[in-house]
Amino acid sequence: MRLESPSEKRRFVRRKITNALALAGLTLIALAAVAPLFFVFTYVIIKGLPGLTFEFFTEIPKPMGEEGGGMANAIVGSSVLIALSSCIGIPWGIAAGIYLAEYKQGLTTKILRFTTDILTGVPSIVIGLFAYALLVAPMKGYSAWAGGFALAIIMVPIVARITEEMLKLMPDHVREAGLGLGLPRWRVILSVVLPGCLSGVITGVMLAIARVAGETAPLLFTAFNNNFGFRGLSQPTASMPVQIFNFAISHDDTWRQKAWSGAMVLVLFVFVLNITTRMYLARRGKY
Amino acid sequence: MLKWLNSGRRKDTHFSDRIFYYILKCIAWSMIILLAAIVVLLVQLSLPIFKSVGASFFIINDWNPPLEIFGALPFIYGTLVSSLLALLIAAPVSIGVALFLTELAPRSIARVVGFLVEMLAAIPSIVYGLWGIFILAPFMQSKVQPALTSALGPETLFASIVGQVFTALFYPVVLVINLFRHDDWSLNRTAEACMSVAQSLFAGPNYGVGMFTASLIIAIMITPTIASITRDVFKTVSPGIREASLALGATRWEMIKMAVLRTARSGMIGAMILGLGRALGETMAVAMVIGNRNEIKASIMAPAQTMASVIANEYNEASGLHMSALAAVGLALFFVSLVVNSIARFIIWNVERNK
Repeated sequence: MRLESPSEKRRFVRRKITNALALAGLTLIALAAVAPLFFVFTYVIIKGLPGLTFEFFTEIPKPMGEEGGGMANAIVGSSVLIALSSCIGIPWGIAAGIYLAEYKQGLTTKILRFTTDILTGVPSIVIGLFAYALLVAPMKGYSAWAGGFALAIIMVPIVARITEEMLKLMPDHVREAGLGLGLPRWRVILSVVLPGCLSGVITGVMLAIARVAGETAPLLFTAFNNNFGFRGLSQPTASMPVQIFNFAISHDDTWRQKAWSGAMVLVLFVFVLNITTRMYLARRGKY
Repeated sequence: MLKWLNSGRRKDTHFSDRIFYYILKCIAWSMIILLAAIVVLLVQLSLPIFKSVGASFFIINDWNPPLEIFGALPFIYGTLVSSLLALLIAAPVSIGVALFLTELAPRSIARVVGFLVEMLAAIPSIVYGLWGIFILAPFMQSKVQPALTSALGPETLFASIVGQVFTALFYPVVLVINLFRHDDWSLNRTAEACMSVAQSLFAGPNYGVGMFTASLIIAIMITPTIASITRDVFKTVSPGIREASLALGATRWEMIKMAVLRTARSGMIGAMILGLGRALGETMAVAMVIGNRNEIKASIMAPAQTMASVIANEYNEASGLHMSALAAVGLALFFVSLVVNSIARFIIWNVERNK
């Protein structure tokens, strides 16, 4: 490029410098954005690892001030709650997703899709209040049912939207082939279309499970807590997140150590679920 | 999607299809019923408090459960300030990340960074809270907050400039109010109040926990949301515009400014509003680091309380009117997030439709 006057040259240089600075700034911002991930992850590992003994997984918590004990109650409780919410939330979400993807695309589907998106945005603490009003207050007691139901409500919109996306990826000729064989439409959907994109739906379900596994707010006054192990579905039930919360705000070093170890287990669980599903999706070229 | 099947005129060959269709329809509609049920039950729960104090519940600046005084203003203030502050921090960072991912980074690096940002969203709120209360809060207390106080706190240039700005903003308001009042509000008093608020904006004492720390944590948590949507919006900007501006001799940064940021403006706003929606409802991490003080303080370092965190902290020990007041806070939170999310969705839908 030929530059005639010194002022033009100066401007050219200035533009170049602005460009370089701005691009460097963007890179720094990107680094700053992912930095918290490293900080949180390292601290969770450093602080959590020392407390991760065998008895952490097998023992229930000891009373405050005593050494030892574990979080077996919370691990079992969380598993129960996740299983319960999956039993309610996954079929519900998949059915809603099928309706959104396979049937007439009119105003109603638009409204439903909008509702699903809005439901995703409802604060989880409000869902906790709702489950309290619907199940805890009439049943006069905290229960795994209420907690599982609250978590299920969080799962439904996530599963529904991912099922919808996956079903829409299926080409129409697959459906036409099924219908051409004289199958009823529900058979086509359930035995041809859905199995065809089952892996995609499963990844969506995994992400939804990973999401509810870490939810604390909706469990605080639905499943509540229980330091003695699982006692049945209509009893208060411990869960990892709530247990971590209770241990973290206590003033006991053993309990705080447990909070860190619990957080480590929780983070690793969520990460493994996320990484496997995302790796799978990446291989399929979706991301 | 199989237009001829959905045309409606076609008779079902199989009766079972009809049943299947109605079952699915019921299930899908149950989501609308669910949303309605949330409203109905929350209204039912919060009825006693509205009967007792009415709508003034939202403007009473006092919360004292033992004395049965319930006003939600401190929490509304806490939620608004902490969310907006978080958005102020997160928005530039998220847009920067999105630009880095779409415009700058080679594909392999973009994939890794994008993955790491997504993982940031996967960490549970409670883990952020744990990290916030034991690692971030002490760090804020010992390093960041003293620095901020000495740089921007009382008796600094910054504070006096902000004070002047506040005064300039509120003078006309007070003048207008005086038109409708017989006793004139003293303009001097307005100026004094503005100055004192500006002076205490970054004032101590430093507890570590507080509004600012909570905002920082919320900012970290909403960055992935905003970044991933803005990234999608940036991707819809047509390569033609980019190439055109580069062909005219623009540098990369000028191209980003002219072609990408300008065309993606409404999508970026939608993403930010969606992030705001997330921030408003954020509960556990905030409940752990905000310090749980039910009053309005001018200092953004002071402990505060948000609508979500007060429910999380007090609902289990509440009963009677207290419980109903907390449910009313939840109802308000629900409506606020409903409105914010609806606006965001509409904007984002429009952007997606026009691409």
